[in-house]
Amino acid sequence: MKPETLKILNEERAARRGALLATNLNSGAQELVLESHLDAAAPLAESYRKAFRQGKSVTVEHGGEAVFLNVFVPPPRLVLIGAVHISQALYPMAAAAGFDVTIVDPRTAFATPERFPGVPLLAEWPDSALPGLAIDRYTGVATLTHDPKIDDPALIHALRRDCFYIGSLGSKRTHAKRVDRLTAAGFTHADIARIHAPIGLDIGAVSPAEIAVSVLGQVIAALRLGPGEAA
Amino acid sequence: MSEQQTDLLKTAQAWHEAGRQVAVATVVSTWGSAPRPAGSQLVIDQDGNFEGSVSGGCVEGAVVTEALGVIESGAAKLIEFGVADETAWQVGLSCGGRIQVFVEPLA
Repeated sequence: MKPETLKILNEERAARRGALLATNLNSGAQELVLESHLDAAAPLAESYRKAFRQGKSVTVEHGGEAVFLNVFVPPPRLVLIGAVHISQALYPMAAAAGFDVTIVDPRTAFATPERFPGVPLLAEWPDSALPGLAIDRYTGVATLTHDPKIDDPALIHALRRDCFYIGSLGSKRTHAKRVDRLTAAGFTHADIARIHAPIGLDIGAVSPAEIAVSVLGQVIAALRLGPGEAA
Repeated sequence: MSEQQTDLLKTAQAWHEAGRQVAVATVVSTWGSAPRPAGSQLVIDQDGNFEGSVSGGCVEGAVVTEALGVIESGAAKLIEFGVADETAWQVGLSCGGRIQVFVEPLA
């Protein structure tokens, strides 16, 4: 490995951007692949994409030679808007699945350390809290308050970033009104289609804990599955 | 891929920048019950100091020895470890797995 390559790799990792080092195990030839600059025409482009999605290092075959893909992706993050009952069930599950969770809710009666021990909790409006969280490609955002005053600004912020997941709690009817508001705010149909709503996989969830499972399943599917791989 | 590596590659860079000669060993393939997944790394310097883990302790000694040769020669090397053969005093994995480790100089 060239020292310059290692330096760039370390910079990418510090910036929470995906990178992989492809090493031909026969010739020793090496290439650093940045997820943000992935060449779709590269012979191994599909293997690169899969390795990034799964965050898993792997040896693949190319032209009869073994190429090792050492993948570096940041730990995924999940931002929950709403210090609500579902969030109370969801944040420990998400943490157990490897997500760094942050909870945002301006209502100080909800956002208390007693209700949410051991998790970063911001008792602020999304407009002031989210810019500081640097929402990136490896961050998911779920709005869970039901209150447009709190949820909408968070959705608007998330839609302007390349976060891997956006989900919003609420019935189909609630979502239809939300679509109207976001359309009025200038978002396109394709933008709005990024929002998973009603939130969660359809597993017939009833209790807050079950809804949390369905949300977490959807978040993981968005992180790990490729286009066309249904959850 | 693991968070531990975050520190290891920083360590490799820091050692190199401090003028030490460095090799990086990486698990590239595993079969059976290998103790550490592909991508696990060991960083070694010319005096045999090392950080990280490629097998949870079974073959690190042998990898460090190989790494000293790689630092010396400047040529990368692919080595394989299988099941330990106690009668032959062969280094290996007592768990019954098999791993391939790529050892390369940081140069």
